[in-house]
Amino acid sequence: MVVFLGPAREAAGTGRSVVPGTSVGEVVASVRARFGPGMDDLLAVSRVWLNGAPADPDAPVGPDDEVAILPPVSGG
Amino acid sequence: MRWPGGPVATALRVVEVTEPDTWVDLTAEPLPLAEVVAWATVPGCGGLAVFVGTVRDHAEGRPGVVALEYEAYEPAAQQVLSQIAGEARRRWPEIGRVALLHRTGRLAVGEASVVVAVSTPHRAEAFAAARWCIDTLKESVPIWKREAWSNGQAWSPDAHPLREVGSGGGGR
Repeated sequence: MVVFLGPAREAAGTGRSVVPGTSVGEVVASVRARFGPGMDDLLAVSRVWLNGAPADPDAPVGPDDEVAILPPVSGG
Repeated sequence: MRWPGGPVATALRVVEVTEPDTWVDLTAEPLPLAEVVAWATVPGCGGLAVFVGTVRDHAEGRPGVVALEYEAYEPAAQQVLSQIAGEARRRWPEIGRVALLHRTGRLAVGEASVVVAVSTPHRAEAFAAARWCIDTLKESVPIWKREAWSNGQAWSPDAHPLREVGSGGGGR
């Protein structure tokens, strides 16, 4: 499961999606392939978290895991 | 004054308190500013610094802002608020109480979007820690702001790549 937040949700046209991949890096590659150039630009400046915490691209991803695409933040 | 952790008996019940001197929250309700100030005021601290961020009526190139909408990645955002409070205590061990509350959902101009309150024995540490907390919050909590203004609506361009708490400088 991939979760898209803020501007990434808008670029994806959805807040959640299931894409192929058994690692964080593979999931991100699938997101890139599925959602086109707008998402590509956003991924370049986004962080990718696994289950609520920063993760390396080679971290394994299973069916119950949540990968989150986090664009630059603007809270406060 | 530092209250002990562990079970706290009251007249009516026993509650488990893990972080009695830290208050973090994400809420769709108006921020309880008066309660935060009262809560952060403790006998051993003579300084209480409070920062309140409010919705401004304009942004860069966007006159006539009428509302903001905040979206948070929950529960991760709340966990990061806790991390910020913990890191502030590590940097300023004299902190008595620390509160970090952020609003979510749609806010009108003038409403409070964030409140930071830090109490310490003396004012210098309260100002410094509160400043560090709001600066860190703005770059490390997964929250996004969407602006609605006179001619449109869009995500705020005033955004920072997400950083991990404690990865930057500042403070001490």
